Amino acid sequence: MTADLFLQILVSGLLIGLIYALVAVGLTLIFGVMDIVNFAHGEFLMLGMYASFWGFALFGIDPILSMPVTAALLFGVGVLVYQVIIRRIINAPMLSQIFATFGLMILFRGLAQFFWKPDHRLVTHTLVGGNVTLGSIQFGLPQLTAAVGAVGVTAGLWYFLHRTRLGTALEATAIDREAATLMGINGQSMFALAWGIGAACAGIGGALIATFFPIFPEVGSNFILIAFVVVVLGGFGSIVGAFWAGIIVGVIEVVGGFVVGPEYKTAIVLSLLLLVLLVRPKGLMGKA
Amino acid sequence: MTTIHLPKTVGALALLGFALLLPLVIQDPARQNFLILILMGAQLGVAWNIIGGYAGQVSLGHAVFYGIGAYTSTMLSLKLGLSPWLGMLAGGVVASAFSVAMGWPCFRLKGHYFAMATIAVAEIVQVLVTNSETLEGAVGLSLPMGNTGVAAMVFSTSKLPYYYIILGLLVVTVLASWAIERSHIGYYFRAIKDEPEAARALGVSLTRYKLVAIAVSSFFTAMGGSFYAQKEMFIDPGSVLATGVSIKIALIAILGGVGTLLGPVLGAGILITIEEYSRVLFGSTGSGTDMIIYALMIILVAVYSPAGVMGLLHELRRRIPSLRAKAEVRA
Amino acid sequence: MNAAPLLAVDGLSKAFQGLVANRDIGFTVHHGEIVGLIGPNGAGKTTLFNCLAGFHQPTAGHIAFEGRDITGTTPERAAALGIARTFQIVRVFHSMTALENVMVGAMLRNKGVAHARSRALEELEFVGLGHRAEALASEMTVSEQKRLEVARALATDPKLILLDEVMAGLNQTEVREASQLVVRIQERGIASIIVEHVMEGIMPIADRILVLDYGAKIADGTPEQIAEDPAVIAAYLGE
Repeated sequence: MTADLFLQILVSGLLIGLIYALVAVGLTLIFGVMDIVNFAHGEFLMLGMYASFWGFALFGIDPILSMPVTAALLFGVGVLVYQVIIRRIINAPMLSQIFATFGLMILFRGLAQFFWKPDHRLVTHTLVGGNVTLGSIQFGLPQLTAAVGAVGVTAGLWYFLHRTRLGTALEATAIDREAATLMGINGQSMFALAWGIGAACAGIGGALIATFFPIFPEVGSNFILIAFVVVVLGGFGSIVGAFWAGIIVGVIEVVGGFVVGPEYKTAIVLSLLLLVLLVRPKGLMGKA
Repeated sequence: MTTIHLPKTVGALALLGFALLLPLVIQDPARQNFLILILMGAQLGVAWNIIGGYAGQVSLGHAVFYGIGAYTSTMLSLKLGLSPWLGMLAGGVVASAFSVAMGWPCFRLKGHYFAMATIAVAEIVQVLVTNSETLEGAVGLSLPMGNTGVAAMVFSTSKLPYYYIILGLLVVTVLASWAIERSHIGYYFRAIKDEPEAARALGVSLTRYKLVAIAVSSFFTAMGGSFYAQKEMFIDPGSVLATGVSIKIALIAILGGVGTLLGPVLGAGILITIEEYSRVLFGSTGSGTDMIIYALMIILVAVYSPAGVMGLLHELRRRIPSLRAKAEVRA
Repeated sequence: MNAAPLLAVDGLSKAFQGLVANRDIGFTVHHGEIVGLIGPNGAGKTTLFNCLAGFHQPTAGHIAFEGRDITGTTPERAAALGIARTFQIVRVFHSMTALENVMVGAMLRNKGVAHARSRALEELEFVGLGHRAEALASEMTVSEQKRLEVARALATDPKLILLDEVMAGLNQTEVREASQLVVRIQERGIASIIVEHVMEGIMPIADRILVLDYGAKIADGTPEQIAEDPAVIAAYLGE
């Protein structure tokens, strides 16, 4: 393997990994705050992508520019989902929790098919289109933008959770629900906030990914399993863990795909998930 | 209860008699096919219920056992000319062995983590099969149409034999589940589901009994997979190994009522009916309507009736006498 | 009379990530003895129970049961050897009836369902829950659930039963009943170690009292000796 090729693979892995991190941070936030695995998280991403697409197709607004609106929309969707469904199953058996979010996943896919058809759609033109060539390595500008976005979202989320009053309250709820309630933090509104922010993160992810990835009702399935791997690897609930885990998963996927064959890359990443679950159930970067 | 209850036995026999006579009354092949689909779903739901319901270990990867069953019997038939009747048993044995190998490490995981691990295992196997040349990868395997008859378990002129075979398989699966439920194993399963630590303190080995649960469950799931292969004469990773198959199997049991003997049968009846009719009513797949109805059903059950339709019926039965009593008091 | 102790604990220590919960504890329990285990909150009583019942691996030391070394055994094996326990925070099988709960215990010695049922009914009668056999465990009062756990443990035919705060939260009459129950267990030849904060429940019936403080044993003697022990008084007053 030449040094150039090696570098190219590494950079591709890094970029993909950051995009995975982008999808996973919202998922891990929700899990961290209330111990519920949101199987519909890929569909939040899908909704974000469609919002970007329609902004582009109907009003000619670039996904990058409409991103704040997309994030706000998805925040609303997250809070709505929490209020209508999740609120009722917080103390339900695990089976109910799994199937409620599974049901949501299918519901969103069905709604997207119903309203927007199963066709693949593309944002054909974007501010961040084209390729970047750096010496001998080449990569897409949209991917680079999404990767930068991932860094931004993770940093923003970290700042919010550790440096703002509201964020600290959210973090406190994540660490100890009962103690937080005793301190006068309203658990219910913290949960709603977690769902709102988690979905908004997926929305931003959707906007960024929409600049280079086809948009269709089941697009979430391309990301959700990987996002789970990232969440597990990063330690359930850890934002920073998810960030680094995303990069690791991306690099392993690209390197593994190169060595074993691209058709096996999902299997490689999922084997990694199994390995981590069995060897270090708290995640690679989780606190033991 | 140890003694067999007469009314229950009579009820079970009546139900069986009804099932035996039903296809003689309903002769339209399309409708018979619909009944077969319900029985197939019911059989899988009952099998899943053994690990997911009684023992409380939520598997979202049962497609892997279903696929192993389908692929084992089909390959044995294609390569060695083995009768699918034996192939079915072979598939069951292979799936059981696989489930034990998988369960051994995975049963250390609790709740969500176990569910996730089962999804991962099933997805990995799907990728491997899709890329396997021996198993014809994504192209899939076809059984030859020419060889019909009971020995080959292929019937081209009538759906009826398939109906009775799957009914028989369902009855066997229900009987196995019933035998487990009323033996010490059934009590241990429920104890493990409710309070694993307390069960250990009473001498119950969690790993041993979870392995028993998944071995039996996967055995019958694989037999269902072999039956599917015989009925459709064609299998590919998408039809027998996809995560969607796993979800549907689990959902049938959950909808009907986990941890009850006949809940999954009821669940299959409801789920398959809604699935088929929403397809008929709202046009072909692709419009999304069937998915929306399916999803709403899942969410409603998850949120409002964790005990499934069986749970609702029990609740009703509990309430009706008390309502009657109240009415009498007023009168 | 068998002179060899039923349970012999020697130099037992248990630390959690450096935090010492049990420090160099040694004591013996003889057949049919009632031993009270007392000490301030956080003294390491439940940790000691968990080590004895196989739920925790001791960091150091030995546990011998009927002369056999069982250090680091599993809960399943401990139960099979004849060590039964209840839990401080009740852990009944909530979706099962009281009868079914106890049947699970009875199945340790005999897997037959019919046999388990009759054994379970005996034990439910023994703890005074015969009339509640068909009640769902989740719908019983906490006091009933605690007795249910005792019945469940007894159904495993133990030689030693570890009772973790079975008298907490009971009123005076109930405490007296619970004390009598422990005595009746003793009359069956079963030894018991009882973690208890309710002194009026344990002091009159215990053959011996062990006192733990900060994870270490500070006293071991008859209730009368313990009541006058300056170290014990200091530990309780200093709390």
